[in-house]
Amino acid sequence: MTDPKVVLDSEDMRRTLTRLAHEIVENGGDADRLALVGIHRRGAVLAARLRELLADLHDIDVPLGDLDISFYRDDVTTRTGAPVVHATHLDFDVDARTIVIVDDVLFTGRTVRAAIEALFDYGRPARVQLAVLADRGHRELPLRPDYVGKNLPTARGERVYVRVTELDGEDSVTITEPAAAAA
Amino acid sequence: MRHLLSIADLTRDDIERILDRAAAFEEVSDRDIKKVPALRGRTVLNLFYEASTRTRSSFELAAKRLSADVVNFAASGSSVEKGESLKDTVLTLTAHSPDAIVIRTPNAGAAALVAGWTTAAIINAGDGKREHPTQALLDVHTLRRKLGSLEGRNIWIVGDVAHSRVARSNVLAFRMMGAHVTVCGPPTLIPRGIEALGCEVRYDLDDLREADVVYALRMQHERMDQHFVPSLREYAAQYQINGRRLGPRQVLMHPGPVNRGVELSGEVVDSPQAVITMQVKSGVVVRMAVLYEVLAGGAPSLRQRPARPTARQLA
Repeated sequence: MTDPKVVLDSEDMRRTLTRLAHEIVENGGDADRLALVGIHRRGAVLAARLRELLADLHDIDVPLGDLDISFYRDDVTTRTGAPVVHATHLDFDVDARTIVIVDDVLFTGRTVRAAIEALFDYGRPARVQLAVLADRGHRELPLRPDYVGKNLPTARGERVYVRVTELDGEDSVTITEPAAAAA
Repeated sequence: MRHLLSIADLTRDDIERILDRAAAFEEVSDRDIKKVPALRGRTVLNLFYEASTRTRSSFELAAKRLSADVVNFAASGSSVEKGESLKDTVLTLTAHSPDAIVIRTPNAGAAALVAGWTTAAIINAGDGKREHPTQALLDVHTLRRKLGSLEGRNIWIVGDVAHSRVARSNVLAFRMMGAHVTVCGPPTLIPRGIEALGCEVRYDLDDLREADVVYALRMQHERMDQHFVPSLREYAAQYQINGRRLGPRQVLMHPGPVNRGVELSGEVVDSPQAVITMQVKSGVVVRMAVLYEVLAGGAPSLRQRPARPTARQLA
Protein backbone atom coordinates (compact mmCIF):
# COMPACT_ATOMS: atom_id res chain seq x y z
CA MET A 1 0.00 0.00 0.00
CA THR A 2 1.30 3.43 -0.95
CA ASP A 3 0.97 6.38 1.33
CA PRO A 4 -1.48 9.06 0.28
CA LYS A 5 0.27 11.80 -1.68
CA VAL A 6 -0.25 15.27 -0.25
CA VAL A 7 -0.95 17.71 -3.06
CA LEU A 8 -1.94 20.71 -0.93
CA ASP A 9 -0.95 21.25 2.69
CA SER A 10 -2.62 23.73 5.00
CA GLU A 11 -0.43 26.65 3.90
CA ASP A 12 -1.13 25.83 0.22
CA MET A 13 -4.83 25.65 0.95
CA ARG A 14 -4.81 29.04 2.65
CA ARG A 15 -2.99 30.61 -0.31
CA THR A 16 -5.27 28.91 -2.82
CA LEU A 17 -8.45 30.04 -1.09
CA THR A 18 -7.08 33.59 -0.88
CA ARG A 19 -6.45 33.56 -4.62
CA LEU A 20 -9.94 32.18 -5.26
CA ALA A 21 -11.40 35.01 -3.17
CA HIS A 22 -9.53 37.58 -5.29
CA GLU A 23 -10.70 35.93 -8.49
CA ILE A 24 -14.31 35.85 -7.34
CA VAL A 25 -14.21 39.59 -6.70
CA GLU A 26 -12.54 40.16 -10.06
CA ASN A 27 -14.92 38.05 -12.15
CA GLY A 28 -18.04 37.80 -10.04
CA GLY A 29 -19.53 41.08 -11.24
CA ASP A 30 -21.41 43.47 -9.00
CA ALA A 31 -20.30 42.71 -5.44
CA ASP A 32 -23.70 43.72 -4.07
CA ARG A 33 -25.39 40.95 -6.04
CA LEU A 34 -22.87 38.25 -5.15
CA ALA A 35 -23.68 35.25 -2.94
CA LEU A 36 -21.81 32.06 -2.00
CA VAL A 37 -23.53 28.70 -1.74
CA GLY A 38 -21.54 25.70 -0.49
CA ILE A 39 -22.45 22.10 -1.16
CA HIS A 40 -22.66 19.92 1.96
CA ARG A 41 -20.45 19.28 3.71
CA ARG A 42 -16.91 20.33 2.79
CA GLY A 43 -18.12 22.74 0.13
CA ALA A 44 -20.15 24.50 2.79
CA VAL A 45 -17.05 24.84 5.00
CA LEU A 46 -15.00 26.21 2.11
CA ALA A 47 -17.77 28.66 1.20
CA ALA A 48 -17.76 29.97 4.77
CA ARG A 49 -13.99 30.48 4.57
CA LEU A 50 -14.26 32.29 1.25
CA ARG A 51 -16.89 34.55 2.75
CA GLU A 52 -14.51 35.46 5.59
CA LEU A 53 -11.71 36.12 3.11
CA LEU A 54 -13.95 38.38 1.04
CA ALA A 55 -14.79 40.32 4.19
CA ASP A 56 -11.13 40.58 5.35
CA LEU A 57 -9.49 41.30 2.02
CA HIS A 58 -12.10 43.29 0.18
CA ASP A 59 -14.48 44.45 2.88
CA ILE A 60 -17.34 42.81 1.00
CA ASP A 61 -20.12 41.17 2.96
CA VAL A 62 -21.79 38.50 0.86
CA PRO A 63 -24.73 36.27 1.85
CA LEU A 64 -23.78 32.66 2.52
CA GLY A 65 -25.93 29.59 2.03
CA ASP A 66 -25.47 25.87 1.98
CA LEU A 67 -27.14 23.26 -0.12
CA ASP A 68 -27.94 19.63 0.52
CA ILE A 69 -28.38 17.83 -2.77
CA SER A 70 -29.37 14.36 -1.52
CA PHE A 71 -32.89 14.73 -2.87
CA TYR A 72 -31.61 15.82 -6.28
CA ARG A 73 -29.09 13.08 -6.93
CA ASP A 74 -29.44 10.99 -10.09
CA ASP A 75 -28.13 7.82 -8.45
CA VAL A 76 -30.73 7.33 -5.72
CA THR A 77 -31.76 4.05 -7.34
CA THR A 78 -28.28 2.64 -7.78
CA ARG A 79 -26.61 3.61 -4.54
CA THR A 80 -26.92 1.56 -1.42
CA GLY A 81 -27.04 2.63 2.18
CA ALA A 82 -28.96 5.46 3.77
CA PRO A 83 -27.67 8.88 2.75
CA VAL A 84 -27.13 11.32 5.56
CA VAL A 85 -29.37 14.25 4.87
CA HIS A 86 -28.60 17.78 6.01
CA ALA A 87 -31.02 20.61 5.70
CA THR A 88 -30.48 23.29 3.10
CA HIS A 89 -30.03 26.84 4.35
CA LEU A 90 -30.68 29.61 1.87
CA ASP A 91 -31.93 32.55 3.86
CA PHE A 92 -31.55 35.14 1.13
CA ASP A 93 -33.40 35.72 -2.10
CA VAL A 94 -31.48 34.08 -4.96
CA ASP A 95 -33.40 35.99 -7.64
CA ALA A 96 -31.23 38.18 -9.87
CA ARG A 97 -28.04 37.37 -7.94
CA THR A 98 -24.73 35.97 -9.08
CA ILE A 99 -24.52 32.71 -7.16
CA VAL A 100 -21.11 31.10 -6.77
CA ILE A 101 -21.52 27.40 -6.01
CA VAL A 102 -18.60 26.14 -3.92
CA ASP A 103 -17.49 22.52 -3.69
CA ASP A 104 -14.32 20.75 -2.63
CA VAL A 105 -13.63 18.40 -5.54
CA LEU A 106 -15.00 18.57 -9.07
CA PHE A 107 -15.13 15.09 -10.58
CA THR A 108 -17.95 13.84 -12.84
CA GLY A 109 -19.96 17.04 -12.49
CA ARG A 110 -23.09 15.20 -11.36
CA THR A 111 -23.09 16.79 -7.93
CA VAL A 112 -22.89 20.24 -9.51
CA ARG A 113 -25.74 19.43 -11.86
CA ALA A 114 -27.86 18.42 -8.87
CA ALA A 115 -26.83 21.59 -7.04
CA ILE A 116 -27.87 23.77 -9.97
CA GLU A 117 -31.22 22.01 -10.15
CA ALA A 118 -31.71 22.46 -6.39
CA LEU A 119 -30.76 26.11 -6.61
CA PHE A 120 -33.35 26.82 -9.27
CA ASP A 121 -36.09 25.52 -6.97
CA TYR A 122 -35.34 28.52 -4.79
CA GLY A 123 -35.57 31.16 -7.48
CA ARG A 124 -34.00 32.46 -10.66
CA PRO A 125 -30.41 33.58 -10.21
CA ALA A 126 -29.02 36.04 -12.76
CA ARG A 127 -25.88 33.97 -13.12
CA VAL A 128 -24.44 30.80 -11.58
CA GLN A 129 -20.70 30.27 -11.26
CA LEU A 130 -18.69 27.39 -9.89
CA ALA A 131 -15.69 27.50 -7.59
CA VAL A 132 -13.84 24.30 -6.64
CA LEU A 133 -10.75 23.66 -4.56
CA ALA A 134 -9.61 20.79 -6.78
CA ASP A 135 -10.57 19.78 -10.31
CA ARG A 136 -9.61 16.16 -10.88
CA GLY A 137 -11.10 15.78 -14.36
CA HIS A 138 -13.18 12.85 -15.71
CA ARG A 139 -16.24 15.01 -16.39
CA GLU A 140 -19.41 13.25 -17.47
CA LEU A 141 -21.35 16.43 -18.08
CA PRO A 142 -20.65 19.58 -20.09
CA LEU A 143 -19.58 21.66 -17.08
CA ARG A 144 -16.57 23.90 -16.59
CA PRO A 145 -15.60 25.54 -13.31
CA ASP A 146 -15.13 29.34 -13.22
CA TYR A 147 -12.65 29.28 -10.33
CA VAL A 148 -10.22 26.39 -9.78
CA GLY A 149 -7.93 26.07 -6.79
CA LYS A 150 -5.78 23.32 -8.26
CA ASN A 151 -5.98 21.12 -11.32
CA LEU A 152 -5.23 17.54 -10.33
CA PRO A 153 -4.72 15.11 -13.18
CA THR A 154 -5.84 11.79 -11.70
CA ALA A 155 -6.54 8.27 -12.77
CA ARG A 156 -10.18 7.34 -12.57
CA GLY A 157 -9.68 4.86 -9.74
CA GLU A 158 -7.70 7.21 -7.54
CA ARG A 159 -9.42 8.92 -4.64
CA VAL A 160 -9.01 12.58 -3.81
CA TYR A 161 -9.58 13.51 -0.20
CA VAL A 162 -10.09 17.07 0.99
CA ARG A 163 -9.73 17.54 4.74
CA VAL A 164 -10.73 20.72 6.51
CA THR A 165 -9.94 21.73 10.08
CA GLU A 166 -13.59 22.32 10.96
CA LEU A 167 -14.56 18.70 10.24
CA ASP A 168 -11.35 16.68 10.06
CA GLY A 169 -8.92 18.48 12.36
CA GLU A 170 -6.51 19.49 9.59
CA ASP A 171 -6.36 21.17 6.20
CA SER A 172 -5.05 19.04 3.35
CA VAL A 173 -5.76 17.62 -0.08
CA THR A 174 -4.43 14.14 -0.74
CA ILE A 175 -4.56 11.57 -3.51
CA THR A 176 -4.76 7.88 -2.71
CA GLU A 177 -3.78 5.15 -5.17
CA PRO A 178 -6.53 2.76 -6.26
CA ALA A 179 -4.92 -0.17 -4.45
CA ALA A 180 -4.69 1.80 -1.22
CA ALA A 181 -8.23 3.08 -1.62
CA ALA A 182 -9.48 -0.47 -2.01
CA ALA A 183 -7.49 -1.74 0.97
CA MET B 1 -35.65 -0.70 5.55
CA ARG B 2 -37.79 -2.55 3.06
CA HIS B 3 -41.32 -2.23 4.45
CA LEU B 4 -42.97 -0.28 7.23
CA LEU B 5 -45.44 -2.73 8.75
CA SER B 6 -45.10 -2.21 12.48
CA ILE B 7 -43.30 0.05 14.92
CA ALA B 8 -42.01 -3.15 16.51
CA ASP B 9 -39.84 -3.74 13.43
CA LEU B 10 -37.97 -0.48 14.03
CA THR B 11 -35.14 0.46 16.35
CA ARG B 12 -34.68 3.79 18.06
CA ASP B 13 -31.92 4.54 15.53
CA ASP B 14 -34.33 3.90 12.66
CA ILE B 15 -36.89 6.27 14.14
CA GLU B 16 -34.31 8.97 14.72
CA ARG B 17 -32.93 8.62 11.21
CA ILE B 18 -36.38 8.85 9.64
CA LEU B 19 -37.37 11.84 11.75
CA ASP B 20 -34.10 13.69 11.15
CA ARG B 21 -34.82 13.33 7.48
CA ALA B 22 -38.37 14.55 8.06
CA ALA B 23 -36.84 17.69 9.55
CA ALA B 24 -34.89 18.18 6.31
CA PHE B 25 -38.15 17.83 4.37
CA GLU B 26 -39.71 20.55 6.50
CA GLU B 27 -37.40 23.01 4.79
CA VAL B 28 -38.73 21.75 1.44
CA SER B 29 -42.33 22.27 2.58
CA ASP B 30 -41.60 25.86 3.55
CA ARG B 31 -40.31 27.09 0.24
CA ASP B 32 -42.08 28.32 -2.88
CA ILE B 33 -41.40 25.21 -4.93
CA LYS B 34 -42.37 22.46 -2.50
CA LYS B 35 -41.01 19.63 -4.56
CA VAL B 36 -37.75 17.73 -4.93
CA PRO B 37 -36.98 15.14 -7.63
CA ALA B 38 -35.83 12.46 -5.15
CA LEU B 39 -38.36 9.79 -6.22
CA ARG B 40 -38.89 10.82 -9.82
CA GLY B 41 -40.17 7.94 -11.90
CA ARG B 42 -41.35 5.88 -8.92
CA THR B 43 -44.98 4.87 -8.59
CA VAL B 44 -46.79 4.89 -5.27
CA LEU B 45 -50.12 3.12 -5.00
CA ASN B 46 -52.57 4.20 -2.34
CA LEU B 47 -54.80 1.23 -1.55
CA PHE B 48 -57.48 2.23 0.95
CA TYR B 49 -60.13 -0.20 2.09
CA GLU B 50 -61.34 2.19 4.76
CA ALA B 51 -62.42 5.80 4.81
CA SER B 52 -59.53 8.17 5.36
CA THR B 53 -59.11 11.85 4.70
CA ARG B 54 -55.88 12.99 6.28
CA THR B 55 -53.79 9.83 5.98
CA ARG B 56 -54.58 9.29 2.30
CA SER B 57 -54.23 12.93 1.34
CA SER B 58 -50.99 13.36 3.27
CA PHE B 59 -49.48 10.23 1.68
CA GLU B 60 -50.56 11.54 -1.71
CA LEU B 61 -49.05 14.96 -1.05
CA ALA B 62 -45.88 13.39 0.37
CA ALA B 63 -45.39 11.25 -2.73
CA LYS B 64 -46.05 14.19 -5.05
CA ARG B 65 -43.58 16.43 -3.22
CA LEU B 66 -40.96 13.77 -3.88
CA SER B 67 -41.96 13.75 -7.58
CA ALA B 68 -43.33 10.19 -7.46
CA ASP B 69 -46.45 9.27 -9.44
CA VAL B 70 -49.48 8.41 -7.35
CA VAL B 71 -52.36 6.08 -8.10
CA ASN B 72 -55.25 6.21 -5.67
CA PHE B 73 -57.38 3.15 -5.25
CA ALA B 74 -60.38 3.31 -2.95
CA ALA B 75 -62.36 0.16 -2.26
CA SER B 76 -65.72 1.84 -2.74
CA GLY B 77 -66.57 2.28 -6.40
CA SER B 78 -64.01 -0.32 -7.48
CA SER B 79 -63.82 -3.99 -8.35
CA VAL B 80 -63.83 -4.75 -4.62
CA GLU B 81 -67.55 -4.02 -4.62
CA LYS B 82 -67.87 -6.60 -7.36
CA GLY B 83 -66.42 -9.22 -5.02
CA GLU B 84 -62.72 -9.21 -5.81
CA SER B 85 -60.53 -10.53 -2.99
CA LEU B 86 -57.67 -8.58 -1.46
CA LYS B 87 -55.14 -10.91 -3.03
CA ASP B 88 -56.63 -10.63 -6.52
CA THR B 89 -56.83 -6.85 -6.21
CA VAL B 90 -53.21 -6.63 -5.15
CA LEU B 91 -52.06 -8.97 -7.93
CA THR B 92 -54.02 -6.97 -10.50
CA LEU B 93 -52.62 -3.68 -9.31
CA THR B 94 -49.12 -5.15 -9.13
CA ALA B 95 -49.32 -5.45 -12.88
CA HIS B 96 -48.85 -1.67 -12.90
CA SER B 97 -45.53 -2.37 -11.13
CA PRO B 98 -45.81 0.09 -8.25
CA ASP B 99 -42.63 0.68 -6.25
CA ALA B 100 -44.54 1.18 -3.02
CA ILE B 101 -48.04 0.31 -1.85
CA VAL B 102 -49.60 2.27 0.96
CA ILE B 103 -52.35 0.11 2.37
CA ARG B 104 -55.16 0.56 4.88
CA THR B 105 -57.54 -2.25 5.65
CA PRO B 106 -59.98 -3.15 8.43
CA ASN B 107 -58.13 -6.46 8.94
CA ALA B 108 -55.21 -6.85 11.32
CA GLY B 109 -52.12 -8.22 9.62
CA ALA B 110 -53.31 -7.51 6.07
CA ALA B 111 -50.33 -5.27 5.31
CA ALA B 112 -47.90 -8.03 6.26
CA LEU B 113 -49.81 -10.49 4.06
CA VAL B 114 -49.66 -8.15 1.08
CA ALA B 115 -45.90 -7.82 1.56
CA GLY B 116 -45.63 -11.49 0.64
CA TRP B 117 -47.62 -11.14 -2.59
CA THR B 118 -45.72 -8.39 -4.32
CA THR B 119 -42.22 -7.05 -4.78
CA ALA B 120 -43.29 -3.49 -3.91
CA ALA B 121 -42.39 -1.86 -0.60
CA ILE B 122 -45.41 -1.98 1.70
CA ILE B 123 -46.32 0.83 4.06
CA ASN B 124 -48.97 0.01 6.61
CA ALA B 125 -51.39 2.94 6.86
CA GLY B 126 -53.56 1.18 9.42
CA ASP B 127 -54.56 -2.48 9.64
CA GLY B 128 -57.72 -2.90 11.66
CA LYS B 129 -57.14 -2.42 15.37
CA ARG B 130 -53.51 -3.48 15.15
CA GLU B 131 -51.11 -0.75 14.08
CA HIS B 132 -50.78 2.62 12.40
CA PRO B 133 -47.02 3.16 12.37
CA THR B 134 -46.83 6.42 10.39
CA GLN B 135 -49.22 8.06 12.86
CA ALA B 136 -46.89 7.06 15.70
CA LEU B 137 -43.88 8.43 13.83
CA LEU B 138 -45.55 11.77 13.14
CA ASP B 139 -46.62 12.00 16.78
CA VAL B 140 -43.05 11.38 17.93
CA HIS B 141 -41.91 13.99 15.41
CA THR B 142 -44.43 16.52 16.74
CA LEU B 143 -43.31 15.88 20.32
CA ARG B 144 -39.64 16.15 19.41
CA ARG B 145 -40.39 19.54 17.89
CA LYS B 146 -42.47 20.62 20.86
CA LEU B 147 -40.45 19.18 23.76
CA GLY B 148 -37.02 18.46 22.27
CA SER B 149 -36.89 14.90 23.53
CA LEU B 150 -39.28 12.28 24.84
CA GLU B 151 -36.74 10.86 27.29
CA GLY B 152 -38.32 10.56 30.75
CA ARG B 153 -41.57 12.29 29.78
CA ASN B 154 -44.91 11.07 31.05
CA ILE B 155 -47.41 10.45 28.30
CA TRP B 156 -51.03 9.55 29.02
CA ILE B 157 -53.07 7.96 26.27
CA VAL B 158 -56.71 8.44 27.19
CA GLY B 159 -59.90 6.97 25.78
CA ASP B 160 -60.91 4.14 23.50
CA VAL B 161 -57.68 2.12 23.62
CA ALA B 162 -59.39 -1.15 22.67
CA HIS B 163 -60.36 -0.05 19.18
CA SER B 164 -57.30 2.08 18.57
CA ARG B 165 -54.46 1.05 16.30
CA VAL B 166 -52.98 4.47 17.03
CA ALA B 167 -52.71 3.59 20.73
CA ARG B 168 -50.83 0.37 20.02
CA SER B 169 -48.31 1.93 17.64
CA ASN B 170 -47.87 4.97 19.86
CA VAL B 171 -47.25 3.02 23.07
CA LEU B 172 -44.49 1.14 21.24
CA ALA B 173 -42.97 4.25 19.69
CA PHE B 174 -43.16 6.45 22.80
CA ARG B 175 -41.59 3.68 24.90
CA MET B 176 -38.84 3.19 22.35
CA MET B 177 -38.03 6.90 22.56
CA GLY B 178 -37.67 6.71 26.33
CA ALA B 179 -41.03 8.00 27.57
CA HIS B 180 -43.20 6.56 30.37
CA VAL B 181 -46.58 5.65 28.93
CA THR B 182 -49.87 5.29 30.78
CA VAL B 183 -53.06 4.22 29.08
CA CYS B 184 -56.33 5.28 30.64
CA GLY B 185 -60.00 4.67 29.90
CA PRO B 186 -63.08 2.78 31.02
CA PRO B 187 -62.25 -0.90 31.75
CA THR B 188 -64.40 -2.01 28.83
CA LEU B 189 -62.21 -0.03 26.45
CA ILE B 190 -58.82 -1.15 27.81
CA PRO B 191 -57.77 -4.46 26.25
CA ARG B 192 -56.63 -7.11 28.69
CA GLY B 193 -52.87 -7.62 28.68
CA ILE B 194 -51.99 -4.22 27.22
CA GLU B 195 -49.36 -3.89 29.99
CA ALA B 196 -47.30 -6.32 27.94
CA LEU B 197 -46.46 -3.42 25.64
CA GLY B 198 -44.67 -1.77 28.56
CA CYS B 199 -47.28 0.75 29.69
CA GLU B 200 -49.17 1.40 32.91
CA VAL B 201 -52.95 1.14 33.08
CA ARG B 202 -55.32 3.48 34.92
CA TYR B 203 -59.08 3.56 34.94
CA ASP B 204 -59.63 7.15 36.06
CA LEU B 205 -58.13 10.56 35.39
CA ASP B 206 -57.31 11.35 39.06
CA ASP B 207 -53.55 11.49 38.44
CA LEU B 208 -53.72 13.12 35.02
CA ARG B 209 -51.75 16.08 36.33
CA GLU B 210 -48.56 13.97 36.38
CA ALA B 211 -48.68 13.80 32.57
CA ASP B 212 -46.47 16.00 30.40
CA VAL B 213 -48.46 14.98 27.36
CA VAL B 214 -52.14 14.05 27.16
CA TYR B 215 -52.98 12.03 24.08
CA ALA B 216 -56.73 11.72 23.63
CA LEU B 217 -58.15 9.01 21.38
CA ARG B 218 -61.28 9.23 19.29
CA MET B 219 -64.33 7.25 20.41
CA GLN B 220 -64.63 4.89 17.45
CA HIS B 221 -68.36 4.42 17.06
CA GLU B 222 -67.88 2.66 13.73
CA ARG B 223 -65.81 -0.15 15.26
CA MET B 224 -68.12 -0.70 18.24
CA ASP B 225 -70.44 -3.59 17.58
CA GLN B 226 -71.79 -3.55 21.13
CA HIS B 227 -72.18 -1.06 23.94
CA PHE B 228 -68.89 -0.47 25.68
CA VAL B 229 -70.01 2.62 27.57
CA PRO B 230 -73.50 3.44 28.90
CA SER B 231 -73.63 6.56 26.76
CA LEU B 232 -71.29 9.07 25.18
CA ARG B 233 -72.51 11.62 27.71
CA GLU B 234 -71.55 9.33 30.56
CA TYR B 235 -68.16 8.70 28.94
CA ALA B 236 -67.62 12.43 28.53
CA ALA B 237 -68.47 13.10 32.17
CA GLN B 238 -65.72 10.74 33.33
CA TYR B 239 -63.05 10.83 30.66
CA GLN B 240 -63.42 13.96 28.59
CA ILE B 241 -60.31 16.15 28.52
CA ASN B 242 -61.62 19.62 29.24
CA GLY B 243 -60.33 22.93 30.55
CA ARG B 244 -60.79 21.77 34.11
CA ARG B 245 -58.70 18.63 33.70
CA LEU B 246 -55.99 19.89 31.34
CA GLY B 247 -53.16 21.84 32.95
CA PRO B 248 -51.61 24.91 31.33
CA ARG B 249 -48.23 23.24 30.79
CA GLN B 250 -49.52 19.96 29.42
CA VAL B 251 -49.36 19.21 25.70
CA LEU B 252 -52.60 17.98 24.17
CA MET B 253 -52.60 15.63 21.18
CA HIS B 254 -55.29 13.86 19.20
CA PRO B 255 -54.96 11.75 16.03
CA GLY B 256 -58.14 13.22 14.53
CA PRO B 257 -60.87 13.45 13.54
CA VAL B 258 -62.00 14.99 16.85
CA ASN B 259 -65.47 14.38 18.26
CA ARG B 260 -65.92 17.75 19.94
CA GLY B 261 -67.82 17.39 23.17
CA VAL B 262 -67.01 13.67 23.51
CA GLU B 263 -63.32 12.91 24.14
CA LEU B 264 -62.31 16.57 24.01
CA SER B 265 -64.24 19.67 24.94
CA GLY B 266 -64.35 22.42 22.34
CA GLU B 267 -62.30 24.80 24.47
CA VAL B 268 -59.24 22.51 24.74
CA VAL B 269 -59.26 21.75 21.01
CA ASP B 270 -58.75 25.46 20.40
CA SER B 271 -56.40 25.97 23.37
CA PRO B 272 -52.70 26.81 23.00
CA GLN B 273 -51.82 23.45 24.60
CA ALA B 274 -53.29 21.59 21.62
CA VAL B 275 -50.80 20.59 18.90
CA ILE B 276 -53.40 18.87 16.73
CA THR B 277 -52.77 20.98 13.62
CA MET B 278 -49.03 20.55 14.12
CA GLN B 279 -49.61 16.79 14.04
CA VAL B 280 -51.38 17.10 10.70
CA LYS B 281 -48.57 19.25 9.34
CA SER B 282 -45.97 16.72 10.55
CA GLY B 283 -47.93 14.06 8.68
CA VAL B 284 -46.71 15.16 5.26
CA VAL B 285 -43.00 15.53 6.10
CA VAL B 286 -42.87 12.29 8.10
CA ARG B 287 -44.57 10.38 5.28
CA MET B 288 -42.11 11.92 2.83
CA ALA B 289 -39.33 10.59 5.05
CA VAL B 290 -40.94 7.14 5.21
CA LEU B 291 -41.40 6.93 1.44
CA TYR B 292 -37.82 8.11 0.98
CA GLU B 293 -36.63 5.52 3.49
CA VAL B 294 -38.31 2.53 1.83
CA LEU B 295 -37.69 3.65 -1.76
CA ALA B 296 -34.32 5.36 -1.67
CA GLY B 297 -32.67 5.44 1.69
CA GLY B 298 -32.63 1.94 3.03
CA ALA B 299 -30.92 -1.28 2.21
CA PRO B 300 -30.45 -2.24 -1.42
CA SER B 301 -33.68 -3.27 -3.03
CA LEU B 302 -34.30 -6.99 -3.26
CA ARG B 303 -35.88 -6.45 -6.59
CA GLN B 304 -33.45 -6.12 -9.44
CA ARG B 305 -34.07 -2.91 -11.32
CA PRO B 306 -33.26 -2.90 -15.01
CA ALA B 307 -29.63 -1.82 -14.97
CA ARG B 308 -28.96 1.49 -16.61
CA PRO B 309 -25.48 1.50 -18.10
CA THR B 310 -23.46 3.93 -16.07
CA ALA B 311 -21.03 6.26 -17.73
CA ARG B 312 -18.34 4.28 -16.00
CA GLN B 313 -19.28 1.13 -17.88
CA LEU B 314 -19.58 2.99 -21.15
CA ALA B 315 -16.18 4.56 -20.76
